[in-house]
Amino acid sequence: MRSFSRLACSGVWPARSACPPIPLYLVGGLAFGQGGAIELDNIHEFTEIASEIGVVLLLLLLGLEYSAAELVTGLRRSWMAGVVDIVLNCTPGVVIALLLGWGPVGAIVMAGVTYISSSGIVAKVLSDLGRLGNRETPVVLSVLVFEDLAMAVYLPILTAVLAGVSFLGGLTAIGIALIVITVVLVGALRYGRFVSALVDSPDREVFLLKVLGAALLVAGIASAMQVSAAVGAFLLGIAISGSTAENAARILEPLRDLFAAMFFVVFGLNTDPRTIPPVLGAALILAVVASATKVATGWWAARQQGVARMGQARAGAALIARGEFSIVIAGLGAASGAVPPDLVALATAYVLLMAVIGPIAARTVEPIARAVFIRSRLTPART
Amino acid sequence: MNVEVTPLPGIGVRKDFAIQAGRRVGVVTHKDGQTELIVSKSDDPDACLASLPLTGDEASALANLLGAPQLVAQLTEEHRDLPGINTKQLPIRPSSPFDGRTLGDTSLRSRTGVSIVAVMRAGQAIPSPTPDFTFTAGDMLVVVGTAEGISKARDILIDD
Repeated sequence: MRSFSRLACSGVWPARSACPPIPLYLVGGLAFGQGGAIELDNIHEFTEIASEIGVVLLLLLLGLEYSAAELVTGLRRSWMAGVVDIVLNCTPGVVIALLLGWGPVGAIVMAGVTYISSSGIVAKVLSDLGRLGNRETPVVLSVLVFEDLAMAVYLPILTAVLAGVSFLGGLTAIGIALIVITVVLVGALRYGRFVSALVDSPDREVFLLKVLGAALLVAGIASAMQVSAAVGAFLLGIAISGSTAENAARILEPLRDLFAAMFFVVFGLNTDPRTIPPVLGAALILAVVASATKVATGWWAARQQGVARMGQARAGAALIARGEFSIVIAGLGAASGAVPPDLVALATAYVLLMAVIGPIAARTVEPIARAVFIRSRLTPART
Repeated sequence: MNVEVTPLPGIGVRKDFAIQAGRRVGVVTHKDGQTELIVSKSDDPDACLASLPLTGDEASALANLLGAPQLVAQLTEEHRDLPGINTKQLPIRPSSPFDGRTLGDTSLRSRTGVSIVAVMRAGQAIPSPTPDFTFTAGDMLVVVGTAEGISKARDILIDD
């Protein structure tokens, strides 16, 4: 149980430093377990289940944050920015996976790892910096919404690819995922209150058990249909709406924090820290490139909405942070055994870097952008 | 006034408008009901100079401060032809003996001749409150009467 005391230490510190806890959980996990300072035996069965529940809760709470109506309007407003986001930010992952010879499966995993921003870190940073009222903030948030929906399509594909299904099987997985998402969105728009009524209960304990039970049941069904357990939980979260969603989020938040922390620590435990130094160079290059592509995405998206230069820079910097989902994706890869250990090490190092760089970039973007703008004004204008 | 309503997915709603001085002023309402007052910067209209979290009580107090003078000014304008008639705003403070009691309990009209024409609560004007209307601390009463009557009414509302 030493890992848990370590875990507790990693959790306490960031609460005051406003730094996201994910990198600390990962480092805490890396320090122990496989190749770490102390090998932990006989905790596998418990930690595996705990981390699976962690992923389900992570996605369920994400789904609870959005209503179906928000997702649909977000999708309508930001699909162009969303497509630019996919093209710019999957490319670095695909390129590095192919360069390092990890094949198409590795490329698909790395595409997801470099693509998705951490909506948790980004929302926290925007709120901490008092930027919720800014004009570029809705742009940033709608890019995040698009990414989260994209995950609902990507994860089933990933699950199918990792399971080694044929091309036809992959297409079937995409087909099922798209149909299920459409049905859930339309269903949640029209009949969301029925789903809410089904899990709602005036009694706190009964309510908790109903929501948790429903999430695990839906996740299990989704998993059996090869659509990925996490996506099932995400879609259930979307379908639950209104005050039921708010209450569910409030009750489940501490559980999510606990199990998600376990998930990150277990991921760290299963990663041998000795595999990280060899990939550190690649991770640094990837971090620089993926920061640049996210800045470009935010820049472009904010510009489309008529936000001025400083706001474009802020939007770009806000999107840099990667976190929980990159680890979820790498974790799925690692669990399947279909990807090389180097890939998992690279993903770990990459997330460690990006989860720290992201908030720092969001904080320092204004003075940096101002300096750049002034310099560009001082250079003689092209005539 | 053109109030722009912008959804902030996962967070809440932003409602703001441009004021004549060129800045944006508005509120961000979080899903859990928390309110933030936002004021944009003068040199960067996209960014916020301030983003102040307000409790429910604070928000409604601020709304009363902003709304009541408008109502008083409007009523004063209407009574301009009647010399000797004044319109004033009187607050119900938490220390007031009438916090939690009804308008009828004050017997304000029979004791001072002053009429309560409206009560500002949470930024909303409640016109012509009836005798069974219950006051709470933070209410702003808009009263009409003679200067002498209003001064008496103020004393009554502060201390019985």
